[in-house]
Amino acid sequence: MVKAMAKRRDADDSAVPLEGRSIGGLRAASADLPAKAARMSIRNLDFFYGDNQALRSINLDLPDRQVTGMIGPSGCGKSTLLRVLNRLYSLYPGQRATGEALLDGQNILDADVDTNELRSKVGMVFQKPTPFPMSIRDNIAFGVRLHEKLSKAEMDERVEWALSRAAIWGEVKDRLDASALGLSGGQQQRLCIARTIAVRPEVVLLDEPTSALDPSSTAKIEELIDELKRDFTIAIVTHNMQQAARCADQVAFFFLGELIEVAPAGELFTAPKHPKTQEYVTGRFG
Amino acid sequence: MDATLAASRTPQPRRDIAAALGRRRKRTDAMVRAFCIAATLIGLFFLASILLTLIGRGLAAAGLNVFTQVTRPPGSEGGLLNAIVGSLIQTALGALIGTPIGLLAGTYLAEYAQGSRLGEVVRFVSDVLLAAPSILIGLFVYQLLVVPFGGFSGWAGCVALAIIVIPIVIRTTEDMLRLLPNTLREAVIGLGAPKWKMVTLVLWRAARSGIITGALLAVARIAGETAPLLFTSLGNLNWSVALSQPMASLPVTMFNYAGSAFEDWVDLAWTGALLITFGVLGLNILARTVLHRGR
Repeated sequence: MVKAMAKRRDADDSAVPLEGRSIGGLRAASADLPAKAARMSIRNLDFFYGDNQALRSINLDLPDRQVTGMIGPSGCGKSTLLRVLNRLYSLYPGQRATGEALLDGQNILDADVDTNELRSKVGMVFQKPTPFPMSIRDNIAFGVRLHEKLSKAEMDERVEWALSRAAIWGEVKDRLDASALGLSGGQQQRLCIARTIAVRPEVVLLDEPTSALDPSSTAKIEELIDELKRDFTIAIVTHNMQQAARCADQVAFFFLGELIEVAPAGELFTAPKHPKTQEYVTGRFG
Repeated sequence: MDATLAASRTPQPRRDIAAALGRRRKRTDAMVRAFCIAATLIGLFFLASILLTLIGRGLAAAGLNVFTQVTRPPGSEGGLLNAIVGSLIQTALGALIGTPIGLLAGTYLAEYAQGSRLGEVVRFVSDVLLAAPSILIGLFVYQLLVVPFGGFSGWAGCVALAIIVIPIVIRTTEDMLRLLPNTLREAVIGLGAPKWKMVTLVLWRAARSGIITGALLAVARIAGETAPLLFTSLGNLNWSVALSQPMASLPVTMFNYAGSAFEDWVDLAWTGALLITFGVLGLNILARTVLHRGR
């Protein structure tokens, strides 16, 4: 009990002063940001919901193994952009994208792209945790089985690897065969992250991954994002500017379907170039 | 001038009117409550009366012979064994034929039809079928299977019952799948899964308890159907488990016995009614348990 409370306090401690701490940390990071090659390059991307244009001429690079934060008021198109990057939009007739989104030199918007293969390279984590109605182990194995044939031992290893990388192994290792629906919201979201990275994608898209979680779960996921960028290129959509400041290397500000400004996180929050960005990050609208 | 004065004056509360209104509200409330309770009691009275009569009269004639003997001529210690077994066979086969068709059609409507013309037609036809009098289904199968194949048969009974099962399972399957959040579908597709795996491995599993409940309720419904069997499996006075022959069933045997002039037949009809009622009651309780556990 005491231990649990102490642990709880730790989590809270790390959650509360993050604002001041991380901005400082980020500045240091952005100063020596190595110029990394882009893992994904978006060029002149337009997106339409029927006749309604939701994205206008977007140009953005996702640097390899870095976190790109996407911020902006509701309806500005940031989530839409994520849904373009793994072609989730093509589930729905009437939604279409034009332009280019290059992954390893290939335009993923091409009609002949194998979307199932693309989605194994560009994984996505959603706003609300979406555990599948099966055991914790099967949740992780589900995605892996779609793309690889592993022996039982290899699969066990992969499951442990993914759950460890998602910082949830310790909490679930004794109940891998229990239903994933019995986990708490924060655990479910980390399970979903584990399920996504178990497929070993190149890019991980996070769509407001903490908006349904409490502060201590949020802090855990943010730490996790920091850890994951060693292996994966990450794009995170968030409504929380502190979160973008804490997690992201570069931040992109969207407004009414346009990309207004993209800059290293420290810069965008402290010295935005565009007046609209200035207004948004200082909380004058949104 | 007066108007502005009146407007600026704060209206005084009329306590006497408020109290009168309050008394009236309470009277109305008491009346509505009394009506609701009375209506519930009337409903419960008939239900209890039916159950008690069934138990009383059903148990009176019930002996082991009900389960060990087939139907016999009046006065010769007959039972209901052939009718019980026939009902079990036809209900089980009807459900086995109808449930997969209903499950797949319901899945088509929920996951594939998305606003398509065919989907709307299928849904409409299914809803009409759901409300169709079961005797029509009996007549339809009579024309479809009994006339061309030259005789009543257990198979025809199974098919008629299956046709009743299909629209029930379609509706519950579609409703249960539609209750699942779209984010679950996107999460499966987002991992790179083809749509058929999303449906079979995740969505069916997520909607499992609801779908099973629908199937169980369909079984409960066909277990007591009489009209569709009258024109199809007809009934059989002897022991017969051959599906190509006319087959006995509890509802049809009850129908024949209850109107007969022989006291022991009438008693057996009561016992059959008791068996069906408790079978259906058990299925309903099972369905509720499954649904409850799924939640």
